[in-house]
Amino acid sequence: MTEFTSGTLTGKNLHLSFGHNHVLRGIDLHVEKGTTASVIGPSGSGKSTLLRVMNRLIEPDQGDILLDGRSVLKDNPDELRQRIGMVFQQFNLFPHKTVVENVSLALRKLRKLPKDQARAEALEQLDLVGLKHKADVRPANLSGGQMQRVAIARALAMKPEVMFFDEATSALDPELVKGVLALMTDLAKGGMTMVVVTHEMGFSRNVSDTVTFMDAGVVVESGPPEKIFSAPETDRLKGFLSDVL
Amino acid sequence: MDLLEQLGDTFLNWEEMAKVIPSLLMVGLPNTLVLAVASGILGSLLGLLLALMGISRNPAARWAARIYTDLFRGLPAILVILVIGIGLSPIAREITGSRNPYPLGILALTLIAGAYIGEIFRSGIQSVEKGQLEASRALGFSYGSSMRLVVVPQGIRRVLPALVNQFISLLKDSSLVFMLGLASSDREIFRIGNDAMANTGNLSPLVAAGILYLILTVPLTHFVNFIDNRLRTGRPEKKEPDELAAPIGKGAQA
Repeated sequence: MTEFTSGTLTGKNLHLSFGHNHVLRGIDLHVEKGTTASVIGPSGSGKSTLLRVMNRLIEPDQGDILLDGRSVLKDNPDELRQRIGMVFQQFNLFPHKTVVENVSLALRKLRKLPKDQARAEALEQLDLVGLKHKADVRPANLSGGQMQRVAIARALAMKPEVMFFDEATSALDPELVKGVLALMTDLAKGGMTMVVVTHEMGFSRNVSDTVTFMDAGVVVESGPPEKIFSAPETDRLKGFLSDVL
Repeated sequence: MDLLEQLGDTFLNWEEMAKVIPSLLMVGLPNTLVLAVASGILGSLLGLLLALMGISRNPAARWAARIYTDLFRGLPAILVILVIGIGLSPIAREITGSRNPYPLGILALTLIAGAYIGEIFRSGIQSVEKGQLEASRALGFSYGSSMRLVVVPQGIRRVLPALVNQFISLLKDSSLVFMLGLASSDREIFRIGNDAMANTGNLSPLVAAGILYLILTVPLTHFVNFIDNRLRTGRPEKKEPDELAAPIGKGAQA
């Protein structure tokens, strides 16, 4: 894997409500440059919302977001999102574009690269995820695992400083999960800063540097994986682990 | 004369049809196509604008689109054509310097078509999964760019069949401009058939006009079915070279 110019991401006291529903209740999350933070917790605990708040797909009601120590809340959110790649549970590839066009679209329209160069860079990214040979087919002709690898290539093409994974393997057939997790592991080992919302406890335990356990919009416990998985302190985390492991 | 012969003479009098066919093809057909294509294109642009207003986050834009759509979908086409064609004709005469009713006819047809096409586009755009907009925004595209590059192209593709249906309807409704009074060279298909019928008292020219409409609309209807099918099942997939090579290789060996 290539070297990444990754950054340090910090969320401070993040709050968000949808009407009376207080989804995030003062979340702190610090991801040191080049490390992987996994976020675990039951459905509806606010994990996916936290990712969307940290790249400002949803603006927080309160709190601050820092990239390399500088607050980004006053920046243009579109520019912030160019620095943070995101991979979704449902892949969300653009079905009307070919695989290589999915990857090169942002390079052409946002980085303003000429068509040939954008294609060349996109092919390079596809090569990294092992799908260069599928460059000119439509996403509909790919398996779920292949789609997710294209989605990862699409996000990586923008040379992001941080990568978000929102349950990236939850929609995949079991036999396809492995390939995507292997790719994510490569990225983590290659020094990418990553925030991984996941139900894959194996990945969380073996690959991530820190684990954050969320429930009902708050961080209940966080720390290195050995502590979270081997010596949980709260009853809520103990209960969650006994349900999923 | 027995009844069948009489009916045949009324509707299928070849001589009367033959007389009208040259002007149907040379005058009526191009005029009908001008009316339908011009108002189809302008109506699509208006419709796209209305659709984007209809899903806008600005309530004033949403209301304006809603009221416009209710108004022009709720009125009979012939009423709109008459009101616009006659009501605005002094202004049009001043601007264009001619009495040709086509600009106003096209305007009226555009205003009507825009209301329908706007609803077609809106339903298409709204049928695109929310994740598409989210993925595009997550890459760093603005809302406008995301709509233009990702959401709207997919939405329009999904409603192509409905759009072609709307064009068929426009092609037929273009006949209503005859109400505005047409000079001989401005007559469209229906008016030419109708004039010939009025002169001879024989219905065959109108039947000929009807056949010409069918020649235009029936292939379009089948084209709709074709693209509908294509959109549903996707393009027939090309096999990869190695998949193709294998059976060919085996065949050569056998």
